[in-house]
Amino acid sequence: MTGIDWGFILNQTLARSLDLNAAVYALAAVGLNVHFGYAGLLNFGQVGFVAVGAYGMGLAITLWQTGPFVAVLMGIGFAVVFALLLGIPTLRLRADYLAIVTIAAAEIVRLLARSTALRDVTRGAEGLNEFIGPFRELNPFNPSLLYGIGPFQYRGSQFFAIVIGWVVTLITLLLVWQLMRSPWGRVVKAIREDEDAARALGKNAYWYKLQALILGGVIGGLAGMVLAIGNATIQPDFFVAPLTFFFWLVLILGGVGRVWSPVVGSVIFWALITFMRNLGRALVTEGLIPTSIMDTSQIDQIQFWIVGIALALLMVFRPQGIFGSREEMALDAR
Amino acid sequence: MPAETTTGADVLAAVPHEPGAPKPDPIVVVDGMRKTFGGLVAVDVDHLEIQRGVITALIGPNGAGKTTFFNLLTGFDRPDTGHAVFDGKEIDGYRPYQLAGLGMVRTFQLTKSLTKLSVIENMKLGAKGQLGERFLPSLVTPLWRRQEREIEERAMELLRRFQLDHMRDEYAGTLSGGQRKLLEMARALMVEPKLIMLDEPMAGVNPALTQSLLEHVKRLPTEEGATVVFVEHDMDVVRDISDWVVVMAEGQIIAEGPHSSIGQNQAVIDAYLGAHHDAPLDADQEEEWLREDRLELGDVPPRREEP
Repeated sequence: MTGIDWGFILNQTLARSLDLNAAVYALAAVGLNVHFGYAGLLNFGQVGFVAVGAYGMGLAITLWQTGPFVAVLMGIGFAVVFALLLGIPTLRLRADYLAIVTIAAAEIVRLLARSTALRDVTRGAEGLNEFIGPFRELNPFNPSLLYGIGPFQYRGSQFFAIVIGWVVTLITLLLVWQLMRSPWGRVVKAIREDEDAARALGKNAYWYKLQALILGGVIGGLAGMVLAIGNATIQPDFFVAPLTFFFWLVLILGGVGRVWSPVVGSVIFWALITFMRNLGRALVTEGLIPTSIMDTSQIDQIQFWIVGIALALLMVFRPQGIFGSREEMALDAR
Repeated sequence: MPAETTTGADVLAAVPHEPGAPKPDPIVVVDGMRKTFGGLVAVDVDHLEIQRGVITALIGPNGAGKTTFFNLLTGFDRPDTGHAVFDGKEIDGYRPYQLAGLGMVRTFQLTKSLTKLSVIENMKLGAKGQLGERFLPSLVTPLWRRQEREIEERAMELLRRFQLDHMRDEYAGTLSGGQRKLLEMARALMVEPKLIMLDEPMAGVNPALTQSLLEHVKRLPTEEGATVVFVEHDMDVVRDISDWVVVMAEGQIIAEGPHSSIGQNQAVIDAYLGAHHDAPLDADQEEEWLREDRLELGDVPPRREEP
C-alpha cells in the first residue's frame, strides 16, 4: 500500500478539464445555448449537428479531395442544410415539434452514416480516417513532444486540435456576446419570452427562429470538426443520443442564457468526471473499497451516478446554474 | 374638464346607425369574412367599415366572436372566406408581422409583457426598421448605435408619459398587472401605428389605474394620430371613451352607432338578455320550448297561460 496519490489525481483532473473533450462539449453547449438559452428552441439532437459538421468536413476531403479550409466550409454548409431541413417544417409549429424532430434526426444521421448502403461514401461503422492528412500538415507542433505548462501538458498531435478548439470557442463566445447585446438578440430573446408578442410588434418570428437554429447548429458542427481533427477519426457510433444530454448537462451546469456558462459548465463537468474516475480507481486499487463492493471496471458507471447526484443537488440549491440569475428564474414562477 | 370635443362624434354624425354602415373615411373595410371551428360559426361579418381617427368599441356577449374577429383582422388566424382592406391595401393572407409593418398593431387580452427583458428593452423591441435586427449588421455595433440611441430616446419619452420611466431597467416580469397593460400599450406605440387594436385593455387592471389608462387611450387619436379599436366588457368604459360602438353577437355584427343609440337597440338587448326575455309565450310556443328541451338550469320557466 502506497496511499492515494492525490498529486496524480489532481494533475489528471486539471489536465482533462481543458482537454479536447472539454472544448468540444463547451462548443456544442454554446450552440445549445443559442438555441435554448436565447431563442427558446428545444433541440434534443445537438449531437446530430456535431456529426453532420464532422462528416461534412471529412467527406469533403475523402470524396472531393478539397483543401482543409474548404473542408471546414463544407462542414458548416452541411450544418446549415441540416438546420434548414429540421427548421423549415417545424418552426411554424409549437415548440415541442422541433424537439421531437431533432432527437429523431440525430439518430437518422448516425444510422445513415453507419449504414451498409452508404458504405462507399461514409465507410460504414469503420468511420472516416483518411481526412486527417491535410490537417497534420498544418500542425505547427511536433506530434511526439509535450506542450503546455504545469499540469496542462498535451501531446503535440492533440495540442493542435485543443488550441483550435479553444480558439474557436472563444471566437464563437464573442460572436454570441455581440449578437445577444444587439437588437438582433433582443428580437430572439423576445421570441423566447412570447412569440405572439414579437409577431404583433412586426417581427418575423419564424425567420429569426430559423436563423438561431442555423447559428447554434453551425456552432455544434464546429464542435464536430474540432473533435474529428483531435481524434483523427470520425466514428458514427461516437454520435449517440446520450451525448446530446451531456451537452445539455454542461449548459444547465453553467447556467442557461449566459454567454460564458457553457465553458464553465464543460470545464467543471470534465474535472468532476476525471476526479471521480481517478479517485475511484485509486480507492479500489489501494483496497480502501473492497472488490466485493466495486471493482475498477465498474468505476465508469459510478462516476456518472456521482455526476447525476451532483446535478440533482445543483437543481435543488442553485437551480439557475452556476452563472444563471436567480431573479430571472423567479420571474418564471410568477 | 372641458366638454367632450372628440372629432369622432362630428365625423360620424351623418353615418346611419345600422350594421355595415358606410363611413366617410374608413381605415378598415371588411367584406364577407367568415370563420368556422367545426360546426360553430365563430365569425360571419358581411360588411364592416372602421372610421379613421376615431375610437371604435367592439362589444358583445361572451362567445360573440370578438376576439376571433380580432385575430382574423390581425393575421393571427385565417378566415375561411372573406376579404379585408387596411388603409387602402388588400391584406388577405398577410402575416401579423407584415400587418405590423403596415401600421396595424394589436395588444392581447392576456398581457404579453416579455418578462425576462427589461422595461426599456420591451419598448425598444417595438421600433420598426432597425438595422441592428438584421443578422450581419448586428455584428457591427457602430452601424446601429445611433439608431439605437434615437429609439431609446423615443422609448423614454413614451415611458415618461405612461409614468413607467422609473421602472426602465426593471424586468417587465416585476411589473404589476396594470403597469404591464400600460407597458404593452406604450410598446405598441413604438411601432408608430396607424391602427391600434386593444383586446380588453382594462381587464385585470385595478380601478386606480383604470382612469389613467383610459386617459391614455382617449388621447391616442389626437396625440398619436392613431385609430383605435378596442374590445371591452365594461359598459362604463365603452361609454366614456368610444366614439362609435359595433356590437357583435353569434359572430355577426348586429348593431352599430354611437353608445347613446346602442342602449335602446332591440337587437342588442335581445343579444345580451335573450330574445324572449320578457315577451309572454302563447301555448304553442311554450309547447315548442318544452319539447325542444330549451330550458336550462336557472332559466325562468315561461309563464303558463290558460287557454
